[in-house]
Amino acid sequence: MPPAPKAVSKDYVPVFFPKRQGGAGAAGGAEEARTSIVVVGHVDHGKSTLIGRLLADTGSLPEGKLEAAEKASREEGMPLEYAFLLDALLEEQAQNITIDTTRIGFRYEGQSFEIIDAPGHREFIKNMVTGAAAAEEAVLLIDAKEGCKEQTRRHGLLLSLLGVSQVIVAVNKMDLVGWDQARFRELEKEIREYLGGLKIIPREVIPISAREGATVMRRDSKNLGWWKGPTLLEALVASRAKKPSGDEGPLRFSVQDVYRFDERRVVAGKLESGTIQVGDPVVFFPDRKTSRVKTIETWGDNQASTRVGTGRCVAVTLEEQIFVERGHVGSLPDHPPVESREVRARIFWLDAEPLRLQAPVTLRLGTQSVETRLVAIDRVVDADKLEAVNEAREEVGRFEVAEVRLRCRRPLVYDAHDQVAATGRFALQRGSRIGGGGIIIFAEYSLSLAKAVKGEHLTWTEGRVTSEARAAHFGHEGAIVWLTGLSGSGKSTIAVALESLLFRRGIGSMILDGDNLRHGLCADLGFSIEDRAENIRRAGEVAKLMAESGLVVISSLISPLRKEREAVRASSHSAGLSFAEVYIDAPIEACEKRDPRGLYQKARKGEIRGFTGIDSPYEKPENPDLILHTDKESVEDSVAKLLRHVLGLVQLKEKDQESAGGPGGQI
Amino acid sequence: MSYLQHLEDQSIYILREAFANFKNMAMPWSMGKDSNTLIWLAKKAFAGKIPFPLLHIDTTYEFPEMLSFREWARKHYELDLIVMINEEARKRGVGYETHDPVTVTHELKSAALQQALAKYKWDALVTGIRRDEDSTRAKERYFSPRTAENEWEYRDQPPEFWGQFTTAVGPGEHVRVQPLLDWTELDVWEYVRREGIPIPKMYFAQNGRRYRSLGCWPITKSIESSVDTLEGIVAELKTTKTSERAGRAQDHHERNAMQKLRAKGFM
Repeated sequence: MPPAPKAVSKDYVPVFFPKRQGGAGAAGGAEEARTSIVVVGHVDHGKSTLIGRLLADTGSLPEGKLEAAEKASREEGMPLEYAFLLDALLEEQAQNITIDTTRIGFRYEGQSFEIIDAPGHREFIKNMVTGAAAAEEAVLLIDAKEGCKEQTRRHGLLLSLLGVSQVIVAVNKMDLVGWDQARFRELEKEIREYLGGLKIIPREVIPISAREGATVMRRDSKNLGWWKGPTLLEALVASRAKKPSGDEGPLRFSVQDVYRFDERRVVAGKLESGTIQVGDPVVFFPDRKTSRVKTIETWGDNQASTRVGTGRCVAVTLEEQIFVERGHVGSLPDHPPVESREVRARIFWLDAEPLRLQAPVTLRLGTQSVETRLVAIDRVVDADKLEAVNEAREEVGRFEVAEVRLRCRRPLVYDAHDQVAATGRFALQRGSRIGGGGIIIFAEYSLSLAKAVKGEHLTWTEGRVTSEARAAHFGHEGAIVWLTGLSGSGKSTIAVALESLLFRRGIGSMILDGDNLRHGLCADLGFSIEDRAENIRRAGEVAKLMAESGLVVISSLISPLRKEREAVRASSHSAGLSFAEVYIDAPIEACEKRDPRGLYQKARKGEIRGFTGIDSPYEKPENPDLILHTDKESVEDSVAKLLRHVLGLVQLKEKDQESAGGPGGQI
Repeated sequence: MSYLQHLEDQSIYILREAFANFKNMAMPWSMGKDSNTLIWLAKKAFAGKIPFPLLHIDTTYEFPEMLSFREWARKHYELDLIVMINEEARKRGVGYETHDPVTVTHELKSAALQQALAKYKWDALVTGIRRDEDSTRAKERYFSPRTAENEWEYRDQPPEFWGQFTTAVGPGEHVRVQPLLDWTELDVWEYVRREGIPIPKMYFAQNGRRYRSLGCWPITKSIESSVDTLEGIVAELKTTKTSERAGRAQDHHERNAMQKLRAKGFM
């Protein structure tokens, strides 16, 4: 044992260094950006050889490694085997543990890269997902001789699911097919078509030989003289240069927590997309309360930041004391996210126990965590054959990929994955364990921002009766049939006729009439632009509640503005309801001639101001679900057409009717 | 964004996620460079206040400078610091004078940690471990569950992606939260340099020797080096071929010593 060390002085102070000048962004080492790459492909198509070659050619191997591998290969009487290099490196790094992802760095042309080595064997898909989800770029390897194999396709599918859309395809082992250009073009066509089906456009498809070192870093003019495209490393460097920072995207600020450790109230979170600046009016979803950013809090920095960009974890204070909590998402008013209980997604499932319809799981997106049920499996993709399995499915099994619909207990704030990747993907957790994940394939963006919620600490209560159970009980689904058109176009006549026809068929229905509403719920509203908008909003909310209870709601309001009708549509869809916009189309001349209530006459005389069609605009629907020309067809014909459309909307599918056993057959 | 900035933001994200998800967390703190980097990151994550206690497991074989550093840092960072000593083992006479380093490390560190866990019932512990330190640490997750027996089931770890971590534990279990997992030794030093983080003087050469990794004084060797600046440390690391923990005797006492220690709850 060494002698005990000496005591130190009482007024001890550690080593203090001045904060380094230049700070972030200065050249060298860890201060540059780094691109993470995952190399995937069928087993034996040359993954290890390629990684070994990349490290050797770029001079990124520890000293002596290359020499040792050369010596070992010579002793075996073999040419240098690049795969050994990687294996030796990994062995040193991981000894007997090879099942997990490893990271290996290399540099080329002044840029830093990091290879995430993700094992591709079927049983290790869980680890591959963990690895590949962290990658920004993927190199998909194909053996020129063997062509696309099952794992080539499966890895392609997983890349598309994980949102790794930056893909370079390397057709490897070109030496084994005599450097044949025709063979390369044939494979290029095949893989481009396949990836195209997954909406992945590979940036480059490059012929290489990792073993021979052709077109990895160096060109091979002797054998691949016909190749005029970039080398693999050139392609990687080029993509690095093109990569957007994400700062250009819309602001998505995931709130992690609100701290009140001292007099400050600090909102801490991550910028998933976009930038945040002092003074910005930030709307926090799902409550839609707005406050300006007062300060961006920095600790350990002498100068205060006034603007920070994507990927940063920030802490801000707000001008207004609004209620904000973990799980809220900040956005700027002009480009809000979607807020909905319905999620359409492509998911992958990793857990041994399948994910069953209606079983509760927790959906975790950013810092949101919401109870969710799988309500429909639209399509299951067999990852082995990559074919859509069409039979009706009750569950998604291990390693399966499926297009599904999920319904959340309370609204989820999200984006479509192709709009904002970070807020368009989620994990699914069952019990305490993450069992799968997915990307959101559809989001219905609203044209206008819904009203802010004034209350605080609100919760969502959901009864035990699901909408499926309600539909089974009544024998039909609830829905909103939104009639829009000029005064006198025939909305009320049609609404009344439709209501009684539906009711006679055993379908619960109810008219929501604009004038009637103004006697009660909307008695405080006049006819200003604001009041008319509020009138539509309230009508929409009431229609939604009634439809959720299982009724077919027939709304009969002029609802002249497109923006307002679209808001009701989006809000109905986000509650999981069918919504049909029906345009009751009659020329204003015809309406004025009918003038059932003498209103046009009064408007012409100037007794009514702001009358739609006279001195207030009516915006025709752009894509109505149905148009009824009431000036050209009889009321009976119009109503018959509408009835057919509505029945198609609310009738239960055969399977549901069986289980319903109720009045469904009467439809 | 620079890679260091990415690492900093990722670590801050992890620290905040841990604090938001666990009721009762703590941060073991060894006063080494990784530990001090963690304090720095926690200060940033929580806008200047570290809202959970730090734990120093005092083996009673601490370098005097480290104890002085501890008292200095407690005041400087306004830490809520808990010091834990396995008094029972010391009374039994466990010590480097009489026992092998693996036994002493287990008793005075891992067992002391167990005692602290039993006393304070933490559900999450923030550690400063890094993948590049040791082979058994390479396959760690950012949030790594431990059983009630403080064991690690590394063969069946939950997947971890898109910033979603394992945040729920059963009774008696806890999660190791590892914000520095993706950092390398070089990254830590580059960050110490970028941020100007105060660290013990022992990392810098005195009389031609310095410490690269700090542990108990009887089993921690200094290396030959004349480096006395951060720039020098960074430059030295870029060319060295010896591993960081080469000077830590307990790792090398027997084959797979580290694996055995870690399976029994060592960090």
